[in-house]
Amino acid sequence: MNILVCIKQVPDTTEIKIDPVTNTLIREGVPSIVNTFDQYALEMAVQIKDKDPDTKVIVASMGPPQAEVAIKTCLSVGADKGYLICGREFAGADTLSTSYIISRSVEAIEKLEGIKFDAIFCGKQAIDGDTAQVGPEMAEHLGIPQITYAIEAEFVENKLRVKRETEDGYEIREAACPCLITVTKPAFEPRYATVKSKMAANRAKIPMLGVADMDIDVERCGLKGSATKVKKTFVPVRNKNGIKIKEETPEESVAKLVELLTGAGVI
Amino acid sequence: MDNKNLWVYIEQSYGEPKSVGLELLGPGRMLADKVGEKLVAVIIAGDASKAAAAAIAYGADEVITCEGPEYEDYNTDAYAPALEALIQEFKPSVMLIGATSHGRDLGPRVACHLKTGLTADCTSLDRDVETGKVQWTRPAFGGNLMATIECPNDFPQIGTVRPGVFKKGAKDESRTAPITKFDFHVSEDQIHAKLIERIVDAGAELVKLEDADIICSGGRGLGKPENFSLVQALADAIGGVVGSSRAAVDAGWISHAHQVGQTGKTVAPKLYIACGISGAIQHLAGMSGSDCIVAINKDPDAPIFEVANYGIVGDINTVLPALTEAIKKLKA
Repeated sequence: MNILVCIKQVPDTTEIKIDPVTNTLIREGVPSIVNTFDQYALEMAVQIKDKDPDTKVIVASMGPPQAEVAIKTCLSVGADKGYLICGREFAGADTLSTSYIISRSVEAIEKLEGIKFDAIFCGKQAIDGDTAQVGPEMAEHLGIPQITYAIEAEFVENKLRVKRETEDGYEIREAACPCLITVTKPAFEPRYATVKSKMAANRAKIPMLGVADMDIDVERCGLKGSATKVKKTFVPVRNKNGIKIKEETPEESVAKLVELLTGAGVI
Repeated sequence: MDNKNLWVYIEQSYGEPKSVGLELLGPGRMLADKVGEKLVAVIIAGDASKAAAAAIAYGADEVITCEGPEYEDYNTDAYAPALEALIQEFKPSVMLIGATSHGRDLGPRVACHLKTGLTADCTSLDRDVETGKVQWTRPAFGGNLMATIECPNDFPQIGTVRPGVFKKGAKDESRTAPITKFDFHVSEDQIHAKLIERIVDAGAELVKLEDADIICSGGRGLGKPENFSLVQALADAIGGVVGSSRAAVDAGWISHAHQVGQTGKTVAPKLYIACGISGAIQHLAGMSGSDCIVAINKDPDAPIFEVANYGIVGDINTVLPALTEAIKKLKA
């Protein structure tokens, strides 16, 4: 089976701080990581490869040249090969345009590799944009079925059988291949790289795909191909002027809290 | 432009309307009134009658339904073509969809098919009265940054809206509104991803965080996994559900089903009690929309206090049992 895993390099949002003077995000010095949910998607694909060594796991990422580092990280934890989708025409793309660009790269990668993908695995969402839209929109561009919020996946004959999370519990769904799934937090954790696998990944050449390498309509790329525009951004105001209680004993503190909560009609 | 009227997609499960669609009729009314449009509820279901009645009671001017046995279970391959056909037929200007797993599965598929913009997981909505453009405001970077987004040239303008952000309005069962039935069907061979089995979590495993009015959450500050029993006791006394931070889940103290935050559930209960939770930005992203937040933490500088309406600086081991006792007395 051939699996394409789509990944994104994102800033580690746990490391982001707010500049108290300008009230903006401080991104300098914030480490970049492979998006958490994409790590789960990759691990899910690599586990399928562990069971069936004929499986090929290829990674694709759209981003600036430095996103090569994220692809190399994926190579160090089990991906066979990675492609970087990169070009200034792609800058400023919203989810509609991003999903279009990545979907066009699928065919290009298939041609270069001489294979057809049986499934595309994406993370549920990127932890920077948090939209959860690129996966399903890619499936629509490609005209293939999707299963979102997957926590387990296995190939059964020419189908992908997926356990997915819902608000009420779980569902088992089966999609005809080729199909696309988006992966949420599964029961397992992604594996670690070894020193040897890291060194091998660092030596790997990451091929780049630009507009010239794909059958793509440039008008649908980047800012001009985007249906949505960001009008403004701002840092949320957090200070609710909360009341901090610190009485002599826990009982007194609790009594005051209960008084305040009942007074405010909360309980 | 030909497109007019504001649609609210009323999500249902086996005929029962989900709360989120009814919640969205509130902001839907506000956005429709700004430009003098009708508020229309749209329902795709095996049987839409219950959801239609609820949508009318909560303020819809009109209801459009698309019914058939193929819509009994939610399925992307049936629902997406149906919603696309509905939009192409009736041409709404705006559509609001609940940002549930159902809405976030369906929304992108439909928006992409129609080559229009979709704004994800909005928490605040407004509309420019001059241009009729909805101002979609949403959190990004795990809640560190807010962005206001417009869809300037394409129709309909679509957004998914976070459940629980807007509260359901008053219900008026005497209201009436016309219901239009739209006849559109999807054949069996168009369904490529099939539902094989539903596993509804029953009993102890069922953690209905999204629907809870009160959530009592525990974090690593509890000190040890056994102390979740203190959180459970408080939840039992106050009539709440137990949630947790990611740190407590990662430590193996409690299952992921309880996790609130960016990689867990997003909640907005009436009361959120954070016990021994420091307040990492990812956790805040999942609960800062709660009506009232109480924080109990021994570290007076914990960021959780920045979002808390009320905070007790103190030791979980003594504060929690005292609070549980006080609540029991209050309820007795």
